[in-house]
Amino acid sequence: MCTYLTERLAVEGSAKAGERWAAVSSASVYFDHPVHANAEHSVNLDFFDARDSGLSRRVAVELTPSAARELAAAIERVLASAPAELIAN
Amino acid sequence: MNPRTHNLSAQTVSYPSADGAQIEGFLAQPSDLGSFPGVVVIHHLPGYDQATKEMAMKFASQGYAALVPNLYSREAPGAAPDDAAAIARAQGGIPDDQLVSDVEGAARELRGLAGANGKVGVIGHCSGGRQAFLSACRLRLDAAIDCYGAFVVGTPPPESGLKAQPLLDLAPSLSCPLLGLFGADDKFPSPAHVAELEAALRAAGKDYEFHSLAGAGHGFFAVDRPSYRVEAANQGWAFVFDFLGRHLRGAAA
Repeated sequence: MCTYLTERLAVEGSAKAGERWAAVSSASVYFDHPVHANAEHSVNLDFFDARDSGLSRRVAVELTPSAARELAAAIERVLASAPAELIAN
Repeated sequence: MNPRTHNLSAQTVSYPSADGAQIEGFLAQPSDLGSFPGVVVIHHLPGYDQATKEMAMKFASQGYAALVPNLYSREAPGAAPDDAAAIARAQGGIPDDQLVSDVEGAARELRGLAGANGKVGVIGHCSGGRQAFLSACRLRLDAAIDCYGAFVVGTPPPESGLKAQPLLDLAPSLSCPLLGLFGADDKFPSPAHVAELEAALRAAGKDYEFHSLAGAGHGFFAVDRPSYRVEAANQGWAFVFDFLGRHLRGAAA
């Protein structure tokens, strides 16, 4: 089904697509049909460049649910192990 | 009913939505028939994609003019279909009123084609199934096909942030016969959801025909996805063309 489940959030950072970097300012996280991944449903991440320049509108990633959980856990692990004084926000 | 495969032509077009906006669309039509009905083909949430355009060409090969509105024409003009879908989703999807306007304009466009017999149906899959039902309740159409549309019964979760409204209360205003094609193993819509919709249509005295296809879940028509089920899809297409042949062929009402 189209789950419609979508979280949207403002983000601060950059992303690279092809040869070009750009600042990204918003993201969508959703569990729904992938475009390319060989799965009926996937966790999909879109990072948008608000100025719509350089990234050809977005950088997209589609992950299986288990891969998405592993990614989320890995992000939490590296943040937890990084020196707190290096994490400004 | 549809005895042979027709020659066809297909092209990208621009047409006016009922609200005045100019909408991109993909139009496929038979090129060897003097008279043909029309079908508005509503793409699914993932967008105005190749698979939906191929469905339009299948309709044309069977003697129907088929128009696929790019429902994200306003939100992301010129974007690749998958990027447009992502952009529309990030904006909360498209409002139901906008969808109805785009389908109304598409139906008008189909009725205005040289050779149109004046009858127009609507078909949609997944989110498009819901939108096909919505369109048939809000517009005067001649046939509607809901292929496993979720949230015809019930409401999308509030955390989805999308602009879709509950539809079941619209059942009394359904303007045309409805064909519903569902996967027996689907969860959204589940057999219980389908039964609830059927009960509402029966109570409203509507003309409907539902088939739940064995061995199929959601998305069984989608040839480019792992949900594809060849047996159910073949049965489903036979139901589609039988239904449309009965309701769209012949003189316009």
